[in-house]
Amino acid sequence: MEIQAKSADRNLLLEFCGELDHHGARGALREVELAIDAALPRMLVMDFAGVTFMDSSGIALILRAQQRMQLLDGSLQVRNVPGQARRVLDAAGIGRLVNIK
Amino acid sequence: MKTKASNEVTLEFPSHSSNEAFARSAAACFVSQMDPTLNELEDIKTSVSEAVTNVIVHAYPDSIGKIVMKLRVYPGNMLELTVKDQGRGIADVDQARVPMFTTGGEERSGMGFTIMESFMDQLSVRSVPGRGTTVTMKKKLMPRIKSTK
Ligand SMILES: Nc1ncnc2c1ncn2[C@@H]1O[C@H](COP(=O)(O)OP(=O)(O)O)[C@@H](O)[C@H]1O
Ligand SMILES: [Mg+2]
Repeated sequence: MEIQAKSADRNLLLEFCGELDHHGARGALREVELAIDAALPRMLVMDFAGVTFMDSSGIALILRAQQRMQLLDGSLQVRNVPGQARRVLDAAGIGRLVNIK
Repeated sequence: MKTKASNEVTLEFPSHSSNEAFARSAAACFVSQMDPTLNELEDIKTSVSEAVTNVIVHAYPDSIGKIVMKLRVYPGNMLELTVKDQGRGIADVDQARVPMFTTGGEERSGMGFTIMESFMDQLSVRSVPGRGTTVTMKKKLMPRIKSTK
């Protein structure tokens, strides 16, 4: 799993590439937290266009990112979620908790 | 009375996290003989990932143990998938299956069993604390009209 960070105007864009399972996500949470703490964004966008597989490990990552953004009074948007990952989020009802575009 | 499986495979591998991807691909490969739709294949791969990850993370938290995954095909395009470990076990299975319940850290969501339940038709969990856990899932795949050409 690779994460590319781009930040401008207190907007942080994180682009995820690869398999977001427990193995692939090791270290991803820390990386996301470090990126948020460095940018202190008002808005975090997690772009999942490059995610080739996701299981419930991805749900934990999204929920932790959301909690961190709430501490900063900021918001989170999850974007470009491929079909398989989208069905995982839907099965867990995550659309009710998180803004998914 | 038990019906006989028309085909089956048993895989045994150590609980290295790199084997999550292996288990998904191996299951997908075996299931391809059932002519699954893309969605069915993805649902099965996701369920395998959840069950195998649970063994790696929860059953053997501080060691590497044995995972046995069995796939069986029954008449009527029925798939049975079992994932078995000899790890720590689950004291209260009903509680473990509650959405968002987790004994894992912040990298777990507690949604694994919920996803397996949602993507497969049937889920059963048998566990003896200190002895291990067997997760069995069943899914009937859509009958596909065979092309004559
Ligand atoms: N194979 C297993 N061995 C021991 N405990 C397990 C096993 N599978 C699941 N569990 C227990 O059930 C809980 C819920 O599992 P799950 O729904 O997959 O959520 P998560 O893995 O995110 O914690 C786990 O936190 C763990 O306590
Ligand atoms: Mg799990």
